[in-house]
Amino acid sequence: MTDPIDSSAGLQRRTLLQGTAGILATGIAPFVHAQEKIVLRYLGTAVNQDKAIAEKFKADTGIEIQYVAVTTDDVTKRAVTAPNSFDLIDTEFFSLKKIVPTGNLKGIDTKKIKNADKITTLFTKGEVAGKAVGDQGTAPKKVIYLEGEKSKKFAAAPTQFMSLIPTVYNADTLGIRPDLIKRPIGSWAELLNPEFKGKAAILNIPSIGIMDAAMVVEAKGIHKYKDKGNMTKAEIDLTIKTLIEAKKAGQFRALWKDFNESVNLMASGEVVIQSMWSPAVTAVRTKGIACSFQPLKEGYRAWAAGFGLPATLSGKKLDGAYEFINWFLDGWAGAYLNRQGYYSAVLDTAKAKMEAYEWAYWMEGKAASQDIKGPNGDLLAKAGAVRDGGSYEQRMGGIACWNAVMDENEYMVRKWNEFVAA
Amino acid sequence: MSAPNSSAHAPSPSVHAVKAWWQAAPFALVFLLFFLIPLALIAMVSLWNFNEYELIPAVTLRNYASLFEGCSQLTDNGDLCVTLNTYLSTFKFCLLVWSITLLIGFSVAYFLAFHVRSSTMQTVLFVLCTMPFWTSNVIRMISWVPLLGRNGLVNQMLMGMGLVEQPVEWLLFSDFSVVLAFVHLYTMFMIVPIFNSMMRIDRSLLEAASDAGASGWQTLWNVVVPLSRTGILIGSIFVITIVMGDFVTIGVMGGQQIASIGKIIQVQTSYLQFPLAAANAMILLAVVLMIIWGLTRLVDIRKEL
Repeated sequence: MTDPIDSSAGLQRRTLLQGTAGILATGIAPFVHAQEKIVLRYLGTAVNQDKAIAEKFKADTGIEIQYVAVTTDDVTKRAVTAPNSFDLIDTEFFSLKKIVPTGNLKGIDTKKIKNADKITTLFTKGEVAGKAVGDQGTAPKKVIYLEGEKSKKFAAAPTQFMSLIPTVYNADTLGIRPDLIKRPIGSWAELLNPEFKGKAAILNIPSIGIMDAAMVVEAKGIHKYKDKGNMTKAEIDLTIKTLIEAKKAGQFRALWKDFNESVNLMASGEVVIQSMWSPAVTAVRTKGIACSFQPLKEGYRAWAAGFGLPATLSGKKLDGAYEFINWFLDGWAGAYLNRQGYYSAVLDTAKAKMEAYEWAYWMEGKAASQDIKGPNGDLLAKAGAVRDGGSYEQRMGGIACWNAVMDENEYMVRKWNEFVAA
Repeated sequence: MSAPNSSAHAPSPSVHAVKAWWQAAPFALVFLLFFLIPLALIAMVSLWNFNEYELIPAVTLRNYASLFEGCSQLTDNGDLCVTLNTYLSTFKFCLLVWSITLLIGFSVAYFLAFHVRSSTMQTVLFVLCTMPFWTSNVIRMISWVPLLGRNGLVNQMLMGMGLVEQPVEWLLFSDFSVVLAFVHLYTMFMIVPIFNSMMRIDRSLLEAASDAGASGWQTLWNVVVPLSRTGILIGSIFVITIVMGDFVTIGVMGGQQIASIGKIIQVQTSYLQFPLAAANAMILLAVVLMIIWGLTRLVDIRKEL
């Protein structure tokens, strides 16, 4: 197990995970490229890996993007254990607490990023339209800057080097079936309302699911957390206890882990209320089934993903990766993502590539003046419809907390298993 | 394989011993590379410490200790601790699935072996049994979901016939659906070995039993069952090891809210808690080995084969 570590010179010997990494990496045939042709291996979740984006980028620059699609958990796992198996990583900000200390990521030089200063203040300052938003959990502003290019530490104040360049982000809330609930839903507390016994579901990704549960606990007035994204052991106990009680009372129909699972649960009517992701709500709707992404008075749980560069990337590939990031922030991809219901990191450039009526619907919360179509031409909303949650400022301004990795992560996972086993 | 023969009239035992070693070498090597070494690594990692992003090779028993933490008393909710609770639920599924698959598997094998006369027909029916295996496990499992759901076909039928007023909820995401899926998926692992050992039963034994005045049941119980026990044992080992380690079926059919050891290990690996997962895996391995050891006490599998 020592051999592969030597190959990734300069890295901590104790970091045995990287030993496994080396083994994995050597299992992958070394990429040999002709001088002019660059292929970037893009590691991320399937959600963000759109074929159209790769095709457009190749048409524009000649650089090929090769998607490596794995789950959110596996993105982190590979970043920690197999840093040489990708050239560009697309991961969530909360994973950084695990990845950055390994030294497997290199700081991104913002001097080489054309639109770096236009990245929304949500990331750089934690503000939307000049107003601070909730920063509980792993808020991007806490982890976006590194002390230097090779640093394993986050910087408290802005520096030249960013850990990730934000790509997409959004704020999650409960998804409901208005046709089956038939009354307004306005609070996270409804998730555990016995009225929906046997018809509710929660996310079975422990670190995210527990935050949703915490939103419920706060909404029910059981406890006020100092930081929902970084609970104490006692707070974890309390949150899990609430979940176990609900589970024993038969509240949950199922737990879900995967995008499609949540779509199926909702579309089949097995579940009428559940924590949900915005594109999953869209997916239920395109099946012709009523589903809303319900704004709630306690606010949203936000998440954000971004591009990172592996520490070992160099030469032409590194230039190619920078070119891709620059291209990505240049508007075409941003507009594409905005039309899917996500938000793009640089709003100005995306706006330039969208029609005025699209921008008004997606970003300003105005009624659609004509039919709204997704990037692939599917009808998403008829003229006159208004986006759930309103404008960008309303939605992103309503962030209560961010997806996070807690200090007590190990204990939390153990307690979560207790919930699943109860 | 030639070892038992050669020992009888071996000119020089040492030459044969060398030959035997050579014959065993390829498989031993594969076994060593892909089983023993990884297993040793897992055992080693299970003793390591870790944090969010690295494994620390310092021997500690904390992973094992944390598995059994709180197991000496009931939790606040009156449950056993997670580990015991999970093992109990896994054992429950094991027992249910094992007995049902055994019953069905034995019956099907018996029918194929003794009631179907022509060997062509036997082959045709046997292939028919394996046919579902041409699609993937997960697909076969998921296809139950629209059938058993709240608005699924079964509930529509029951309500249409006026048998129930409200949709039956326990059909899906319940112990019932988990056992159903397991039985559907793994009965074949019982049928094949039992059928195989039944085909090797000397038919004259059945005639002898009948001549001696044994009834059908007596023949079945005193002749067929004892002579098929190798098959039963092999089938049982398949089914039990699969159910003990499963996390996909229990996850999909149980609505992700039924615990299994496999599921816990999977969650731990996805959170980079490899040492905890390794400790869990070692314990699971020990438990499964004990079950198999217990089973092989009942049948001397080497002698029977």
